[in-house]
Amino acid sequence: MATHHKILLLDDDPDLLETFQLLLSRLPSEPEIHTANNGPRAMAMMESEPYRLLICDLKMPKMDGLQVLQIVRRKHPQIRTVALTSLLDEQYRSRAYSLGVDLFWHKPNSEQEIKMFLECLESLLGREDESGFRGVQSKSLVDIIQLECISQSSAVLRITNGPLTGKIWIQEGEIIASETEDLHGEPAFAKILSWKAGGFEQLPADPTRERTIFKSYNGLLLETAQAIDEAMGGIKEEIDPEAPTSPISQISQIEGIEFVLAMKEGEKKHEVARGLENPDRMAAWAKQGLSRFRELGDRLHAGPLERIEGMGPQRNVTLSAQGETEFCLGWKTRMSAEQMREMTKKVFALWVS
Amino acid sequence: MGLLNLFSSKPPAASLLRLPTGSFTVDREGAVLVGTLPSSFPEKLVHEIADAVLCAFREAEEAQMPLSEITIHYPSLRISAREMRGGAIIYLSPKSPSTTK
Repeated sequence: MATHHKILLLDDDPDLLETFQLLLSRLPSEPEIHTANNGPRAMAMMESEPYRLLICDLKMPKMDGLQVLQIVRRKHPQIRTVALTSLLDEQYRSRAYSLGVDLFWHKPNSEQEIKMFLECLESLLGREDESGFRGVQSKSLVDIIQLECISQSSAVLRITNGPLTGKIWIQEGEIIASETEDLHGEPAFAKILSWKAGGFEQLPADPTRERTIFKSYNGLLLETAQAIDEAMGGIKEEIDPEAPTSPISQISQIEGIEFVLAMKEGEKKHEVARGLENPDRMAAWAKQGLSRFRELGDRLHAGPLERIEGMGPQRNVTLSAQGETEFCLGWKTRMSAEQMREMTKKVFALWVS
Repeated sequence: MGLLNLFSSKPPAASLLRLPTGSFTVDREGAVLVGTLPSSFPEKLVHEIADAVLCAFREAEEAQMPLSEITIHYPSLRISAREMRGGAIIYLSPKSPSTTK
């Protein structure tokens, strides 16, 4: 039996609710449309039954749309969210996306816009119904590429390693192009394969992509693996047995850094520290600061805290988080905010790898 | 066309908080001395920002990590503050989708 997804429509204007209910009933997947005219009512409805999609107006009395979306993202992360507004201010688009909405849309006012809006909604509703399995996968990048190539797939793999991003274009089971940072073709492919860990997502195929890799995928994987092995071998021979090799040691050698403090989110004690006389006191300060400004960001609906930068007469500091690890990085005072930002990216890349 | 007109006919019933551009100065007790923020921005939030910033400066000092400037980055807002004899001057700069820093 076909399942009909449920859509919750939230707007304080009853006329609009009625109109949208009518429009959404035209969707090919024939979803069940439920309506709410205020945030608290919508929250209660989402508690009592599962919804696939929430369409939320932004400007509402008592509890505005940004507040609703912020709570939904935390309490019901599985619900797809659409912010719908007549406000033309681009600030709200930025803030809605920073709160994790799937789609931000100005209220449509032409037949063409309504059609496009409905198509987007249908796509959002159906995304998880596409055939295939979904789940958490822990495989090497070589495994993933081989699977794609053996199955003669066409796709673009977007791979991330901390702040670094790379792409591999696969067309009908052949690797045709790759790029990361300033590299293209085979050097980019080799660079991406040298990353030890990270995440990946599969994007739709791009058959128009210019081909820059002409070797077969088997040959390419073999050559790259050999090159990485040789490079590793070379490094091993040059390793100074006294040299520190842990990520925290490598991080503490980054130019301009004075101290490193890594803390597990939610735990009181620091995880690792280098260059500090009293790491526990600094960890307490850093955690307090991160927590306070996270709360402030929530109050302002400004999105999740990205980082805090402090400049002082003795040293500068960056507070930020990477995954579940929170960092407090101390810098020499000559480091500018821009340099600290760049070096923080390096720290995260080293930590992740 | 009656149907389409509905989309643009909603009366402005409620307000949605807009992140403001501007600055304000607070003393060491958190009292706002002078500011350029629009009056539509809630005073309560101004005080919450001021308190968070003053606490950050004070606690940094206590942790033997004195700071003269602090910048807090959110995806849609940047808060910059400069310490001034226990008080602070605080700048709010909303970020547009094209702003990266």
